[in-house]
Amino acid sequence: MTLDTPLDTPRAAATEGEWKAICALTDIPRLGARVVASRHGDIAIFRTAADEVFAIHDKCPHKGGPLSQGIVHGREVTCPLHGWKLALDSGEALAPDVGCSKPFAVKLVAGQVLLRS
Amino acid sequence: MKKLNLVLVGNGMAGVRTLEELLKLAPDLYDITVFGAEPHGNYNRILLSPVLAGEMTLPEIMLNDLAWYREHGITLHAGRTVTKIDRVRRRVIAEAADGSVTEAGYDRLLLATGSTPFIPPIPGNELPGVLGYRDIADTEAMIEAAARYRHAVVIGAGLLGLEAANGLMLRGMDVSVVHLGEWIMERQLDRAAADMLQSSLEAKGMKFLLARHTEALLPARGEGVETPARVGAVRFKDGMEIPADLVVVAAGIRPNYALAEAAGLYCGSGRVRGIHVSDTLQTVTDPRIYAVGECVAHRGVAYGLVAPLFEQGKVCANHLANFGIGQYRGSVTSTKLKVTGIDVFSAGEFAGGPGTEEIVLHDKQGGVYKRVVLRDDRIVGSVLYGDTADGSWYFQLMKDGQDIHAIRDQLMFGHSFGSTQLGDTGHKGENRAASMPDSAEVCGCNGVCKGTIVKAIKEKGLFTLDEVKQHTKAASSCGSCTGLVEQILASTVGGAYQAVSAHDKAVCACTELSHGQVRRAIREHKLLTIADATAFMEWKTPDGCATCRPALNYYLVSTWPHEAKDDPQSRFINERAHANIQKDGTFSVVPRMLGGITTPDELRRIADVAEKYRIPTVKVTGGQRIDLLGVRREDLPKVWKDLGMASGHAYGKSIRTVKTCVGAEHCRFGTQRSMAMGVDLEKMLFGMWSPHKVKLAVSGCPRNCAEAGIKDIGVIGVDSGWELYVAGNGGIKTEVAQFLCKVATPEEVMEYSAAFLQLYREEGFYLERTVHYVHRVGLEHVKKRVVEDAENRRALHQRLLYAVQDYADPWAARAADDAEAALKTPFETLHA
Repeated sequence: MTLDTPLDTPRAAATEGEWKAICALTDIPRLGARVVASRHGDIAIFRTAADEVFAIHDKCPHKGGPLSQGIVHGREVTCPLHGWKLALDSGEALAPDVGCSKPFAVKLVAGQVLLRS
Repeated sequence: MKKLNLVLVGNGMAGVRTLEELLKLAPDLYDITVFGAEPHGNYNRILLSPVLAGEMTLPEIMLNDLAWYREHGITLHAGRTVTKIDRVRRRVIAEAADGSVTEAGYDRLLLATGSTPFIPPIPGNELPGVLGYRDIADTEAMIEAAARYRHAVVIGAGLLGLEAANGLMLRGMDVSVVHLGEWIMERQLDRAAADMLQSSLEAKGMKFLLARHTEALLPARGEGVETPARVGAVRFKDGMEIPADLVVVAAGIRPNYALAEAAGLYCGSGRVRGIHVSDTLQTVTDPRIYAVGECVAHRGVAYGLVAPLFEQGKVCANHLANFGIGQYRGSVTSTKLKVTGIDVFSAGEFAGGPGTEEIVLHDKQGGVYKRVVLRDDRIVGSVLYGDTADGSWYFQLMKDGQDIHAIRDQLMFGHSFGSTQLGDTGHKGENRAASMPDSAEVCGCNGVCKGTIVKAIKEKGLFTLDEVKQHTKAASSCGSCTGLVEQILASTVGGAYQAVSAHDKAVCACTELSHGQVRRAIREHKLLTIADATAFMEWKTPDGCATCRPALNYYLVSTWPHEAKDDPQSRFINERAHANIQKDGTFSVVPRMLGGITTPDELRRIADVAEKYRIPTVKVTGGQRIDLLGVRREDLPKVWKDLGMASGHAYGKSIRTVKTCVGAEHCRFGTQRSMAMGVDLEKMLFGMWSPHKVKLAVSGCPRNCAEAGIKDIGVIGVDSGWELYVAGNGGIKTEVAQFLCKVATPEEVMEYSAAFLQLYREEGFYLERTVHYVHRVGLEHVKKRVVEDAENRRALHQRLLYAVQDYADPWAARAADDAEAALKTPFETLHA
């Protein structure tokens, strides 16, 4: 298992801020998520089956559903309110739906989840 | 690994559909090359009739434009006719109109060369102005002729002939339809329906010459005749002649198998000609070569409608993708005439035959004719004229082989009749798809109107219900409009629509397997985890999706209780959080009140909790309980702890409520102690997960104050015992429960109820309510196992008790130690 997987998407890298430890990887269930309250509002941090972590704004672009409460599969999450699917890396809704939930930079260092906000 | 080469000969609907299916399954397996004789991309041949009629344009019926081929890295040789297959060197050789030659090598070859119109050997059939009706070129030639000439003759009053005649008439021509048979569309319609159809077409101005044998097509004579002379008249055997500036021959199609035959592939002899293929769509001669579509003869049948071709394509793609699952076993087909304003539908053995009986409804004045042919209480064919709204329903019943004994007396009144009788909600107007205005709302959940659906179907080339759901969201929430959406789909794409039987439908896009197949594999191979199950059944996605994972989780825990481990991440949030998610992301909490009974102490605690956690709404539910709405996620464990009551499972695919009346305990009419019965049932079923939510009700007398008639199980006390009803539903579609049996003692009520629910738990598909389950398997099946077979009933009862034994209340478990454990639960919010 790689413990250091920076996942700066170009979009997220452009935002200001510093890395901040949030929780241990094991505090997030596999194929699950945790909610982080931040100055940007709630952010959902996801953990995939392969122990990758992703962070996007915890609001579905459709009707604001809490994505953190959805079902995670592959590198996607299905919104619990109306079943929209979003890509965890980019926050983009999967076709044929259109919309985006803002992604945040997140990485794993020594089993700790670091978020840049 | 080097990619294999796949060559497709024939750029039509069947071949390209196969490629589409293949690209979904194995996008990177092949380098694909396509040869098409026509100089276009792939278009929807079925919609040529609306183009001819001026209702649609050519660009509107394109299915895949050139960009699609580019996007998928497919090499398209349009306008090149394959002239030779060299099976030794595994190459195909094609020629263009300018004589240039193209070659391509293949590892797998797919033939989809379609068919050509059959032009009978009538003298004069080579004259200019004599056409078959098959492709864009024919359609354009007809449109052009309609602009210049007056008299058109269509030979053949089948589906295609009538559509051609209608189109030409709408373009201003004087059209006569010549037919050899006694009545029109004799292969699809009986005489009564055909006569009605003929009258309404005559009312539009179409002329008919029935039982006429065409002797010759004669060239035009006299002034202004072009050279070479164009067709000018049609002469019949009886000597009669009629003027004809355009003759469209629609006398059937012949499979295009010359190329295959020249390559030594077996193409039959005698009556059934066509490229002979096996159930895997491989040619019987050469397993490297596959064939689909109208060029094919499968089990002695060559199909000329699009739905079977799509079924073939699906199976073929599966084998090309090396999945090796699925066999094509032939299709049952149905027909619809695409002439605006006229509704005709036929399917199966509409003419009847030995051992069949028929039900006919004939309203000559009202222009409605319905005929349903039955054999052994199952539909084997039907013809509908004037009101075809129920066509797809009859067709589905027919394909499913559904026993219609129970609904026989209302069969002719259609699908919506039974439900409109019951104060149907959210369903009004089902089966009226064709006559609905575009602005009419179809899907009440997602606010989708008919126009949006029709537009998406046409513009995006959608053919299946799933595609429509995906693109428009219609029918993707509660599903009550599914029937209506299917109707719209059927009336928009006509014969191309293939209703998928619920029995065979794949669970989701992650697998080809149906719910039944998945259940069986889990049982037979003792699969205990989702990872084992998806690996064993070769799931196409790593972790499945939000549709299949909850289903798999249910099948595992219900098939192997106490052995398969429940996976919370494969449950919908409601079941994971043990509370109902609401639109703003807060939750609602419903404590259990057995049989709807509570105490002053419980009420006090509920009131205190509502105040302490500032819960904005406190509501009495329809199931005799109290709902606390607007609880924040972080507060859930504390709310549960302070309530000190068990979870009401108001969120789960599980036992919900047992509603009761006050019964003999208090009521002056009560014959049985319904409250005690309700409490006992609810205690027994606590912790029971099921394919969908389950609700019960117990009434103490036939006044039925607990509304037991619309519950999954309804128990009604009578003086001499208890009546049991099953498979009712008060939700999306109101359904009255069916009488199961009558028992004498409370112990029997418990045993029979448990046995019925266990049967449903073992055989029901995930998200299938008891009403749909019983509809699928038949009440007889349920009676045989639960009522007639005492031993089996006791065994079912025991299995249910075993499954729920030691079930711990999820709220108590999570609230027990909130100081430490709750911090680690997903309920807590982290901070950045």
